[in-house]
Amino acid sequence: MTTLASDTEHETAAPREASSAINWWPRLRPVLLAVAFPLALLAIWHFATAGRPASLIPPPYDVWLELQDLAFGGINDDAYSKTLHIHLLASISRVYGGFALALIVALPLGMLIGRISLIRQLIDPTIQLLRPVPVTAWLPLAMIIFGLGPRSAFFLVFLGAFYPILVNTIFGVRSVEPRLFEAAAMLGCSGSAQFFRVVLPASLPSIFTGMRLGLGFAWVVIVVGEMTGVQTGLGAIIMEARQLSRTEIVISGMIVIGAFGFLSDQLVMLIGRRLLAWSPSHG
Amino acid sequence: MADAVTPILEIKNVGKIYSQNGRSIEALRGANLAAKKGEFICLIGASGCGKSTLLRMAAGFETATHGDIMMWGVPITEPGPSRGMVFQDYGLFPWLNVRDNIGFGPKSRGRTNAEIRETVGHFIELVGLQNFADVYPHQLSGGMKQRVAIARVLANDAEIVLMDEPFGALDAMTRERLQDELVGIWSRTGLTVLFVTHAIEEAIFLADRVVVMSPGPGRIDNEYVIDLPRPRDTTGAEFNEWRRLLASQLHSHHGRKAG
Repeated sequence: MTTLASDTEHETAAPREASSAINWWPRLRPVLLAVAFPLALLAIWHFATAGRPASLIPPPYDVWLELQDLAFGGINDDAYSKTLHIHLLASISRVYGGFALALIVALPLGMLIGRISLIRQLIDPTIQLLRPVPVTAWLPLAMIIFGLGPRSAFFLVFLGAFYPILVNTIFGVRSVEPRLFEAAAMLGCSGSAQFFRVVLPASLPSIFTGMRLGLGFAWVVIVVGEMTGVQTGLGAIIMEARQLSRTEIVISGMIVIGAFGFLSDQLVMLIGRRLLAWSPSHG
Repeated sequence: MADAVTPILEIKNVGKIYSQNGRSIEALRGANLAAKKGEFICLIGASGCGKSTLLRMAAGFETATHGDIMMWGVPITEPGPSRGMVFQDYGLFPWLNVRDNIGFGPKSRGRTNAEIRETVGHFIELVGLQNFADVYPHQLSGGMKQRVAIARVLANDAEIVLMDEPFGALDAMTRERLQDELVGIWSRTGLTVLFVTHAIEEAIFLADRVVVMSPGPGRIDNEYVIDLPRPRDTTGAEFNEWRRLLASQLHSHHGRKAG
């Protein structure tokens, strides 16, 4: 048996992990650089606003206090104290609920459009026509159909997540390398079996990109959706606080939305890295 | 023994015409070839001579416009596991590691997990990749990818291995090593190999029989039985004579085409 262990070792392209030395500077440097800029912005914000009662923007420390009060109470003890979890939960459930619904509809629809030309010819032109309509432009119509309230926000999130997932799923299932179908066929996998063993795994990176974009967009749209006629939600308190000139709540709400949007994206990335370890652009 | 008489693969007066934008292109005309079981045949010729077309028709990826292609006397109509193909660009499934790429065929054919594990274990060792079983294709070098591609065809009990310039994208050293290994595997397994190349030396080193093809329209010109003993010495005088003969054969087409 001609096994060539030495040869394969010589051929391997696997990178060697550099020994984790006590070299802390190269690790610390990017962290310091990444933190320096926001710190500078924070400083500018502080010096531009602190000690000026007429300032429209509250200083960072006031925002920090408000954030704490929103989360745990005990500082202002007003209508907003200790209400953050209610609004956060409301927004998160709408974001993930709308996202899940978008997934349930867009994934099968995208696969059908991508693989079956009759369905593509039937549905794709309509989707191409509707897609340029900004999601936010649907809000008034959604409010007419679903009424003022959380259902319109939910619909908006659904729509915002729907298009990126759909478009990327179609792209994914359509752009499977033809060679892989030939390879599967000559190995005895043909017909509908190819869908699950070739099309689906091959289009997973693209579908995943669509999901990531869709979820990001869901976080954008939720705020718009909650701005009118909704009692709870981060978008709702931001808007309400603006009317009450509670700018520190507006900014606090923005920070929370940003933080959870970021965490949500990181979570998706983590799942992606697990699922797509085989893909050079994801793993 | 019937096998000695019936060729494993028979190509009878096969022609292929592609239509493209209302124009028809004759890729192959009147090709005849019969492969005995266990034979190693190289198809050689300039680009456009129809050698890859012939191979793809034998695989069942394309159908002949005229004539018949048969395996054990049965017309070939679609791709199947009895005819494994090794592509120049590997065609490995990027989402499967080496083990699962090799196990793809057996799994498609409904083998049990225990059977698959045993088969994969055997062929992964045959191509010397036992230390890379859990590695994904994008982490492998070209030579290793092609080893996986060969192993997955063998693991699927292919009787005929169709190879379309499989070593064309590899560096010279890796190519020579894989040629050696291929001859080793072939001589131990009794496979029938149809191997497309445009490298004269490769053809002489590997083949029992070299089929020379020429373009415009693609056709088979000549067949040569290479009776050199194996393992073949690529620097020997006889090897060089073969090289000279085949080179002059191939170059005469160029002359004919230019003139």
